[in-house]
Amino acid sequence: MNGPTFLGTPAFPSAARTALADTRLRHNLAHATTTIRRKREEAVAEVDDWEALREAGRAVKERTLRHLDRYLLQLEERVTAAGGRVHWARDGQEAARIVVDLVQATGEREVVKVKSMTTQEIGLNEALADAGITAYETDLAELVVQLGQDRPSHILVPAIHRNRAEIREIFLRAMGEHGRAAPADLSDDPQELAEAARRHLREKFLRAKVGVSGANFLVAETGTAVVVESEGNGRMCLTLPETLISVVGIEKVVPTWQDLEIFLQLLPRSSTGERMNPYTSSWTGTTADDGPGAFHLVLLDGGRTDTLADPVGRQALNCIRCSACLNVCPVYERVGGHAYGSVYPGPIGAVLTPQLRGTAAESDRSLPYASTLCGACYEVCPVKINIPEVLVHLRARVVDEGRTRKVPSPERLAMAAARSVLAGPSRLAAAQRAAAAAGRLLGRDGRISRLPGPASAWTEARDVPVPARESFRAWWRRTHR
Amino acid sequence: MRIALFVTCLTDTLYPETGRAVVKLLERLGCAVEFPAGQTCCGQMHFNTGYRRECVPLVRRFAETFAGYDAVVTPSGSCAAMVREYHERVAEAAGDARLAAAVRATPAVYELSEFLVDVLGVTDVGAYFPHRVTFHPTCHSQRMLGVGDRPLRLLRAVRGIDLVELPAADQCCGFGGTFALKNHDTSVAMGADKARHVLATGAEVLCAGDNSCLMHIGGLLSRLRTGVRTLHLAEILAAAEEDRAPAAAEEDRAPAATEEDQAPAAPSRSRPVPHSGKSPQSPRTAERSTP
Ligand code: SF4
Repeated sequence: MNGPTFLGTPAFPSAARTALADTRLRHNLAHATTTIRRKREEAVAEVDDWEALREAGRAVKERTLRHLDRYLLQLEERVTAAGGRVHWARDGQEAARIVVDLVQATGEREVVKVKSMTTQEIGLNEALADAGITAYETDLAELVVQLGQDRPSHILVPAIHRNRAEIREIFLRAMGEHGRAAPADLSDDPQELAEAARRHLREKFLRAKVGVSGANFLVAETGTAVVVESEGNGRMCLTLPETLISVVGIEKVVPTWQDLEIFLQLLPRSSTGERMNPYTSSWTGTTADDGPGAFHLVLLDGGRTDTLADPVGRQALNCIRCSACLNVCPVYERVGGHAYGSVYPGPIGAVLTPQLRGTAAESDRSLPYASTLCGACYEVCPVKINIPEVLVHLRARVVDEGRTRKVPSPERLAMAAARSVLAGPSRLAAAQRAAAAAGRLLGRDGRISRLPGPASAWTEARDVPVPARESFRAWWRRTHR
Repeated sequence: MRIALFVTCLTDTLYPETGRAVVKLLERLGCAVEFPAGQTCCGQMHFNTGYRRECVPLVRRFAETFAGYDAVVTPSGSCAAMVREYHERVAEAAGDARLAAAVRATPAVYELSEFLVDVLGVTDVGAYFPHRVTFHPTCHSQRMLGVGDRPLRLLRAVRGIDLVELPAADQCCGFGGTFALKNHDTSVAMGADKARHVLATGAEVLCAGDNSCLMHIGGLLSRLRTGVRTLHLAEILAAAEEDRAPAAAEEDRAPAATEEDQAPAAPSRSRPVPHSGKSPQSPRTAERSTP
């Protein structure tokens, strides 16, 4: 079972154009984001010291990242002491190879998975499939994505782009191919859908010898991994198998349980709009006769150390993957997650992906521009990541990298031209006169409906006013001197 | 107090009537306002698109042009935010300590509603505007400057106004500077929703504190021939009953022709020029003659 990957996604503007034309996607997304947005708002409004809590979350994350080396070593020591094994992976490929080797060493041909962004990031399911190992997703929405041979489009609700009717169709079509089939008379009632998934998954839970997960937090002081989820399916994977392998980004460390407490308040209200998270599982190494007898922690760098070296960009590593920024983002709401060409979509994806993967690919270079800089994401982020600031910072990086190219892009030429026009008032005044003259040629009834060249992107759907014959500065000179 | 107007490059070129309205309004409130002729642009487009190097001379020009004033007032929340939030950082990133010092010495920059409410301490500016109006709070004025309900307080005090609430007002209109071109499909999709909400209010006029956003939403409203026009906050606040000479009042009832945006405009303090009534109406003109 191997869903399509994000490889080969076109640059954001054209991927977005395709998504915008998908009316069902637009409708599902608008409905889902509006609902979840309202829930979050209500849950946050209940907390008097929300702003102080956000500030505390940000401060803990920043302090931890500043001393990350120390906390990681402490974590390794505690995990090892508690009977776990720690593996260090420089990049996604290495991490995936480690996991494949670990699974092969058990002799098993299938694993059950807890919903995890990091295993998506490293393409684990594909790597396992290449080694003849089947990975079963057990998160309900992730199951929908996997059965539909689809890609996740949201951090928290990977199948947010699907509605009930589509989920029913997918279950009816695909469940039988991979295990227990859905009942033939399945309706699109959420209860029935959940029941079908429950029966389908139970088989897997009871059979699986190996579980694979990520983790929301790693507590350094005790070497404890923490998974936060809503369904309880994650807990099944974390407790039933004999071997548990957790793949976690190095930025997920928090120093102490007291620090963790802040995030356990921030996360549920920001992500699902709940006061408290339904299932919070934590485990420390292994425990005799209880839960998995073998625990492996794979710590992934995957561009995180490089990101840490950037004083402005590093705040993206504070992210606790609550998805609040996606839900409020007006761009995400309209184009959905696939257009971002990464497992991390939306505002956080637009700042994280180009840092983790670099900006060599055009699609990754286009991500920092996939925002109006409206600031809604920054306003809701529970750890106060100034996403607009990082976006603009990354745009500068993209532009500066482009400067090394001998042939300047049309945009670079336009920006240079604008700069020279704006270099002084007389040049600007001359340009205004020229614009007014051109505008009179192009315009009708005071409006221009068709502009030439790259500016035609504006007039495709929008008019522009004809530039005034007398600019403000000309009026001022005439009347105030 | 020496007050300088930073009119912004966009308003200077495309919406001079907004600049004239700011002058008229401030003068009516007893403020002498100056227009330092050296000004061009705050550098926001370059900065936000990633062209920091090109932004540096614009930051320098801004600091030099407005040095020595007590306050700068501008009819753009977005440009005010650019100056307040980023000018110093541009200077520092360029490694220019002298420029950074000059930027720090720049007088306080106020968005128009902030200047009226916080500096002049007025909410009733003596305006008269008998039209149905809805107000779009622009993102940078709200989230970067935090102007809050200042514009609405000013509008509520306008005599004759029928101010109606805009649904989903806090949603971005989709302009986003060069985003409007680079991601024009998404930009238009967002603008379409904004336009839909505007139309749902039944308003005749969409008002905002940023001509850039109004250019985007207004461009859509105009293309669709919706019969809704856009006006900058300054123009509504500058409108006064004594401006409503018969010709102007006439024009409001039956949107007709105006040469006004073609011909040099009358100084703001004079009576509006009569209109010929021959050419059809331009997208943003009906009230043009009154301020
Ligand atoms: S960036 Fe902030 S709002 Fe977005 S997912 Fe991460 S923590 Fe949540």
